[in-house]
Amino acid sequence: MKSWMPFEWIAAIRFLREGRMQSLLIIVGVGVGVAVIVFMSALLSGLQANLVKRTLSSQAHIVLLPPEEIARPQSPAAGISLRLQKQAQRLRSIDQWQQIQARLEGLPNIAAISPMASGPAFVVRGDANKAITLLGIDPVRYSGVIALPERMVAGQLRVGAGEAVIGIELAKDLGADIGDKIRVTTAGDATETFTVTGLFDLGNKGVNARNVYVSLRSAQSLLDLVGGVSSIDISLHDIDEAERLASKIAAETGLTADSWIKTNAQFVTALTSQRVSSNVIRFFIGLSVAFGIASVLVVSVIQRAREIGILRAMGASQGQMLRIFLLQGGIVGFFGSLLGSGLAWTFLMLWRLMARNADGSPMFVIGVDPGLVAIAAGGASLVGILAALLPARRAARLDPVVAIRG
Amino acid sequence: MADPVTHPVLQLTGIRKSYGSGETESEILHGIDLRLERGEFAALIGPSGSGKSTLLNLIGLLDRPSGGQLFIDGQETGQLDDTGLTRLRGQRIGFVFQHHHLIPAFTALENVAMPLLVARGRPDAEMFEQAGRLLDQVGLAERKQNLANQLSGGQQQRVAIARALAMSPSLVLADEPTGNLDTHSADDVFALLREVNTRLNTTFLIVTHDRRLAARCDRIIEMVDGDIVADDRVHDKLPA
Repeated sequence: MKSWMPFEWIAAIRFLREGRMQSLLIIVGVGVGVAVIVFMSALLSGLQANLVKRTLSSQAHIVLLPPEEIARPQSPAAGISLRLQKQAQRLRSIDQWQQIQARLEGLPNIAAISPMASGPAFVVRGDANKAITLLGIDPVRYSGVIALPERMVAGQLRVGAGEAVIGIELAKDLGADIGDKIRVTTAGDATETFTVTGLFDLGNKGVNARNVYVSLRSAQSLLDLVGGVSSIDISLHDIDEAERLASKIAAETGLTADSWIKTNAQFVTALTSQRVSSNVIRFFIGLSVAFGIASVLVVSVIQRAREIGILRAMGASQGQMLRIFLLQGGIVGFFGSLLGSGLAWTFLMLWRLMARNADGSPMFVIGVDPGLVAIAAGGASLVGILAALLPARRAARLDPVVAIRG
Repeated sequence: MADPVTHPVLQLTGIRKSYGSGETESEILHGIDLRLERGEFAALIGPSGSGKSTLLNLIGLLDRPSGGQLFIDGQETGQLDDTGLTRLRGQRIGFVFQHHHLIPAFTALENVAMPLLVARGRPDAEMFEQAGRLLDQVGLAERKQNLANQLSGGQQQRVAIARALAMSPSLVLADEPTGNLDTHSADDVFALLREVNTRLNTTFLIVTHDRRLAARCDRIIEMVDGDIVADDRVHDKLPA
């Protein structure tokens, strides 16, 4: 008997140890529940992080665009009904973009800012003629927003004068390779010839077939945006803040600011509902774990009625009896959660071994978060104590006379 | 608190106990008057259903009377709440039961120390020394570390007696203490109770069916149908 331990702890531990089989079964039961919760949580957060990462690999977190042009009637005279035709949006530069860029650099949570001149164009090579999006970038800044250097499959990300980087789909369509020449023509009949210096694969067929990266200066002259940029791409440290920050920037600059959360609304909704449904599942697993603990303790209280009566006769208070059984619930929950975390860790290791892409690389990375284990342990102990509430009250209120006679 | 020396260990005046209410109410005890002095060794006998166990539960503060007054060591118990009753019970009253005497998850030594542990909240060396001495006195020096259910019936009852004495109670209530034992063990256990009574001057109230054992007590209180019908002092050990 450990001398530092209070009576209630000693009794709770002895009771659990004596009912070895029962205790073991319920701890395993709790463990399985906790393992499913931990495994599911880790899997889900890994999966979601991976999905978000893939989605954002070819997207900026926030895109700043010039404000929409609105048709304004000159002097709406009374009594005349006006029918306003929406104005067609032409390609325009962002006013004072250098100042805006400088101001953005002072904001917190901003990882990179990349001004860009982009617009529609055609690319011609031999008989092939493709519609493309011409993007004039500063490669260093742009790499901060989109990890283009990691996505190069051939050549390198180099957009000097007369140099262009194209996607693998476009390269296939044009039959072009590194070193080949392509001719880019815009609607304004400006034309320039580029040498292909690199091929990228951003994991999105449309993007791979459409995006053509050139230097900012080339794009500016081709798109008739001399000195201007048509959009500013921003990447953030905390992507969940994107919507809040976008509204703030829009309010401050008067520009249109689209966050990835808004532009991918369906995707974000899907992620959220996935999280909600997994919370529902977690809740019910927790509930069934609680019922399991409660039912074992109810049986234990009935089995130990005489012992409870004897302890009461010896002067044990109702509070002491209550605590003995609450502790049993908590201890079962705690050890169950340790077992469960161990099981979950094993599952995750197996998952890492099994779930691999065709090339043998892991499909996606799932980390075992020590915080999650701590939460599981704390949560399961709490669930155990709550589950023990009913049986413990029953034990405390047991009439010692009935208990001893029984 | 009243001085235990100048008061009777136990005093009952007009104790009634009834169960149910209204038409289904039935009275089990019809006004019991009883007084036990320090050092008395009394037997409580009577047929089944005579109210012996009910009376013992009231005296043991495990249940509350419907009427009348109950004093332990001069302290009136009617005004105490559950916590107060529990505390008084733990300090002043020791129990020896017929069945399921011990807590099987604990060793003999721990069982004896249990009332001290319950009262003090944490184990200490002194309580185990005291428990060890008590086990020596009941002749179980060799069995201290045995789990309760590794002991024979007679040995378990000895442990239970040692446990009942752990808090140095004024009154030990024994409900059929030998009812579950063979004749030889029963005699041993009874002799032990008697020895404790003589040595420590502890008051005993022993409920028994066994007239042979009752006859070896100093006083025989007989109950029939919820009343005390006879109260005889067998040995004139105490002045009437």
